[in-house]
Amino acid sequence: MPTPSQTTSVAETASAPTTPRSGFVAALLTILVAAAAVWAAQQGLNSYLVTLLALLFINAALAVSLTLTNGLTGLFSLGHPAFMTIGAYVAAILTFSARRKGSMLPGLPDWLASTELSMFPALLIAGLAGGLVALAIGWAVLRLKGHYLAVATLGLIIVVQGLATNWDGITRGGAGLSGLPRHVDIWWALGFLVIVVAITWRVKFSSLGRAMMAVRENELAASCSGINAARLKILAFVIGAVMAAIAGAMLAHLISVVTPKTYSVLLAFNIVVMVVIGGSGSITGALVAATAITVLSEALRPVEESIGLYGMSQVIVALCLIVVLYLKPGGLFGSGEPAFVRRLFSGRKTQ
Amino acid sequence: MSQYLFQQIINGLALGSLYALVAIGFSMIYGIVRLINFAHGDLVMIGAFSTLALVTAGVPWPLILVFVLAIGAIAGMTIETIVFRPIRGASQVTGFIATLAVSIAIQNSALMILSGQPRNFLFPAFMRQRVGFGGVNASLTDIAIIVLTLLLIGGLFLVVYRTRLGRAMRATAENLTAARLMGVAVNRTILAAFAIGSALAAVSGLFWGGKFGQIDPLLGFVPGLKAFVACVIGGVGSIGGAMLGGYILGLSEVLFVGLLPQEFSGYRDTFVFLLLIVILLIRPSGLFVRHTEERA
Repeated sequence: MPTPSQTTSVAETASAPTTPRSGFVAALLTILVAAAAVWAAQQGLNSYLVTLLALLFINAALAVSLTLTNGLTGLFSLGHPAFMTIGAYVAAILTFSARRKGSMLPGLPDWLASTELSMFPALLIAGLAGGLVALAIGWAVLRLKGHYLAVATLGLIIVVQGLATNWDGITRGGAGLSGLPRHVDIWWALGFLVIVVAITWRVKFSSLGRAMMAVRENELAASCSGINAARLKILAFVIGAVMAAIAGAMLAHLISVVTPKTYSVLLAFNIVVMVVIGGSGSITGALVAATAITVLSEALRPVEESIGLYGMSQVIVALCLIVVLYLKPGGLFGSGEPAFVRRLFSGRKTQ
Repeated sequence: MSQYLFQQIINGLALGSLYALVAIGFSMIYGIVRLINFAHGDLVMIGAFSTLALVTAGVPWPLILVFVLAIGAIAGMTIETIVFRPIRGASQVTGFIATLAVSIAIQNSALMILSGQPRNFLFPAFMRQRVGFGGVNASLTDIAIIVLTLLLIGGLFLVVYRTRLGRAMRATAENLTAARLMGVAVNRTILAAFAIGSALAAVSGLFWGGKFGQIDPLLGFVPGLKAFVACVIGGVGSIGGAMLGGYILGLSEVLFVGLLPQEFSGYRDTFVFLLLIVILLIRPSGLFVRHTEERA
């Protein structure tokens, strides 16, 4: 059955409906290929490289989630590290072994000290916590026009780091929580990436996504055509924050440690760079840029260490960004998806 | 007045002076080009390290003050010319991202060149003594910071309200296109705003080192953010508001730490940013601005 014809973005208006099922099949095949590749990597590569691959998946998921907030809706949030820290601490406190928790974290109430959850419910609660904080911040800041969100979210990073450092009884202060159970492996990371991409894709090519893009292009015009811009912006901000909180929790259980400084402002910058270089609003672009930047900075790290120039890779990333802003301010893929990707997954043909 | 409270107030005014110097430049730049300059805080760091280099080279202090103003102005003009001017027509978000990239590039270049080790930074011995009057006393450093800041701000107000350049700046801030049509050399005016704002931030770095005794390549980040908080308190875009906002922020931060029990002192920055969110909730256009027009 043909789907009703939907326009997808300003540049992608010419699309004709075909079978929706072919997109589903293509997506399923892609996931199977990725799973096979992960399985092969687990057989063939050493554990360091496999962890790196898991990190790459989580970074890509972070970039895609920020694409929803910053790219599609045109907000400028730098708050991902704050939500990741919240998610990581919430999940860590929930999954930590109940035997050690009482003595390590004396500030916890008894019912919490004796709880020991498995990973999945802990991730859900972590996401919920991140979402609630985002709701409060978004409600305060997103009613205002313009630029306040950028600085409020940077401030939120400092607030969250301050709480994590000083609230000893619950967070163990600056030392952080180490020895977390390694519940997360590369399969979790892959599954998370698939879910984040699927949700973002569904949102982008729905009336909700259209409304978000309308707000990005012209908020006044969008409001005039009956879109509740403030509510939509809060929604986009909260969805991004929930995904970030879950990603933070997963990363903490992948490397089995979280400290107040694990997720820093630098991370916020790097995720923003991935979104901007990929093209604001392009899911494909975010995936490509996340891969490129993760590989680049991991490849440069040994170089940096051997010549003793710490910070060099970050300077290179920043300069890359400035060059992209000069030459291709819309990013590599602009706001859309490349034609072949759209043809494959939307089950539609471009004319 | 008890010595303790007096000490806290002097301390708060000195800290407020540092914030005010950074916030004024931040606000000037925002007022004219509508750009939130995340790299503005890093000029504080540049000023602090330039001072250290000049002290090591044996330059006398009054000259150092002049040099640091000049270095700050040159750095600000360089950033504006190389990075911000070419992307002037782009969207506001592009502007934010570019300033963020400049900030990260400056911080990490400094890390690369200077290493992350904090350096000791001392004013000459006579600046560190305490002077007493009427039963209370305060450190000469704090007093010098407060007085010099007032002089610099006085000079700034003279420039902005009594010179041709200042009139051009105010006109450009009011309406860039109209100012250009009236024959204001807009690019030169913007460059001057960057120069003045950055010079003040660099001097704030000199004071910062003297007050806290240690500097490191990342020291500019938090003052940069707090400058924004100060601007929001006073109303973003207004120079007088930024100055008052800086003093209010410095005083309330010091009183927060000084008047509450010891175990809360770690929450100092947390307090500042919660203050920001509260102000955005109740008076988003600033405490002193009665009305702002909205432009579509």
